[in-house]
Amino acid sequence: MLRDKMPTAPCTAGVSPAVARASRPRPNQRESVNPQKGDIMKKTIWLIAVMCALLMLAACNKKEEAPAPAAETPAASAPAATPIDPATVATVSGTVKFDGAAPKQAKIDMSQDPGCKGTNEAENVVVTGGDLANVFVYVKEGLGNRTFDVPKDPVVLDQKGCQYHPHVIGVMTGQTVQIKNDDPTTHNIHPTPKDNREWNESQPPSSPALEKTFAREEIMLPVKCNQHPWMKMYVNVVKSPFYAVTDKNGKYEIKGLPPGDYTLEFVHEKLLPPQDIKVTVGPKDTKTVDASFKGM
Amino acid sequence: MVLACWTFLLIIAGALVTSNDAGLSVPDWPTSFGSLYKIPKLVGGVKFEHTHRMIAQVAGLLTIVLAVWTWRAEKRRWMRILGWGALGTVIAQGILGGLTVLFYLPPPISSAHAALAQTFFCIAVVIAVFTGQKWVEEQPRVEFDTRRPSLFTLTLLSIFVLYVQLILGAMFRHHGLSWWPHVVHAVVVSFVLAWTAVRALTVYSNIEAVRRPAIVMLSLVIAQLCLGFTAFLTRVSWGRDSVQPELPMVISTVTHVAVGALLLASAVILAIQVWRHAPVAFEERLPQAQRDPSAA
Repeated sequence: MLRDKMPTAPCTAGVSPAVARASRPRPNQRESVNPQKGDIMKKTIWLIAVMCALLMLAACNKKEEAPAPAAETPAASAPAATPIDPATVATVSGTVKFDGAAPKQAKIDMSQDPGCKGTNEAENVVVTGGDLANVFVYVKEGLGNRTFDVPKDPVVLDQKGCQYHPHVIGVMTGQTVQIKNDDPTTHNIHPTPKDNREWNESQPPSSPALEKTFAREEIMLPVKCNQHPWMKMYVNVVKSPFYAVTDKNGKYEIKGLPPGDYTLEFVHEKLLPPQDIKVTVGPKDTKTVDASFKGM
Repeated sequence: MVLACWTFLLIIAGALVTSNDAGLSVPDWPTSFGSLYKIPKLVGGVKFEHTHRMIAQVAGLLTIVLAVWTWRAEKRRWMRILGWGALGTVIAQGILGGLTVLFYLPPPISSAHAALAQTFFCIAVVIAVFTGQKWVEEQPRVEFDTRRPSLFTLTLLSIFVLYVQLILGAMFRHHGLSWWPHVVHAVVVSFVLAWTAVRALTVYSNIEAVRRPAIVMLSLVIAQLCLGFTAFLTRVSWGRDSVQPELPMVISTVTHVAVGALLLASAVILAIQVWRHAPVAFEERLPQAQRDPSAA
């Protein structure tokens, strides 16, 4: 095929075997028009056009479906919450420490968007005086088959200064997360879950808050903004209301625990592995459970 | 030639999207933020993603022009088929690009998008070669190849190992595979390409059309190995904990992708030129009766 312009008698140099390749393609010849081939071509073009149209339709449908917040809400017939005697509930609190020399917070370069005027400091490992912030603490085991009412108040996630506030949140399955954009630039919110539904929506400045829910338990579910690649935060979806996130002083508090034996899990987005600590609380107990993470 | 250059630019633009983690900064497709023609504010990741889409649209238009022009003006039937093949490839590539956005960058689709981009680039380069004045007008100097494996076989093997390497690299870039298969296979690629280039340069150094792409391919292999090492350092070693894509990583990975495309194209050109100038010689196996002149 490639030999269309090859001369009939090429100046062959070097070796010359008995017979050279015999079956070379023939020179250019425009074939007589074959009506069947024309039909096939037309059908192929139509097929491609139809496929493109279907794909566009699918894309449009997907876009319309995406904002539906009710898609992941648990069934309305969720079992009634197991009653807890408020007179006997206990409180667990404590401090999470960072073991070792505190890492310097990485700097963020926000220059690619003039609308971003943030603090320019990453929040992946935040240590203040040895205290570790943004550790998610929750009751991993010990609640048995208890069920809990889903709070009606939403958990608010704000995008301000091209960073997420707060950096780590806890939310119950089915509880609304209200996402606001207080920046003069467009963000997109893109959770990348393992067990929940993935979605990706843009949110222009001054637009109404997005309201989303997560149907399944998932710890340290990453959320990112593809427009501003430094913007990352984590959502922790649990079935009970017994969770907390450490503040900048590394402190947390879990209130309203019914008496029992529990396993608390402390999880950090970067510092591994998560730590499980067993605790027993009696009626009206106030227990202190501290944890520490080693630097990587 | 214009289409080939434009496609090379498109590959760089696509690589910039991946390296800047901006693949989903425009969350919809085929529209961009709900519009088919409005240009959004080009800040943050949108700058990379939407620019990539605009360059791709122009590449699509150029390919339509090329296919129609080839169909009307070209006498070589296989060239007309190649023109339609280019159009089919660019349509498939656009659909893959859309699917990867709609399905949140699944590694197989994103990798297929990356691999098909370079396939389309090779088609554009091949069309440029076949329609070039030199190809059409030259009286090719031919030296038959009696060595085994033949140089043509080696060039085909080079294209095959490069294509495997392209897929492995794309899978790594799109988080579908670890880095090590790409790195290990680089040794195989280096060996095969060096073997091919050295054979071409030692046996056919007197044929300029073979010598040139062989030199280019060998030079690009060396450059690509250096770039691959730099990309590994900046992305895998140093960039593991970075809070956002850093400039050295972006530059080294994008250059690695671009030089990879040039390398694949140079291997394809070498194969074509070897096919034309150093075809495989073989003994024609005639029946004994026909081989004996006395039988005639």
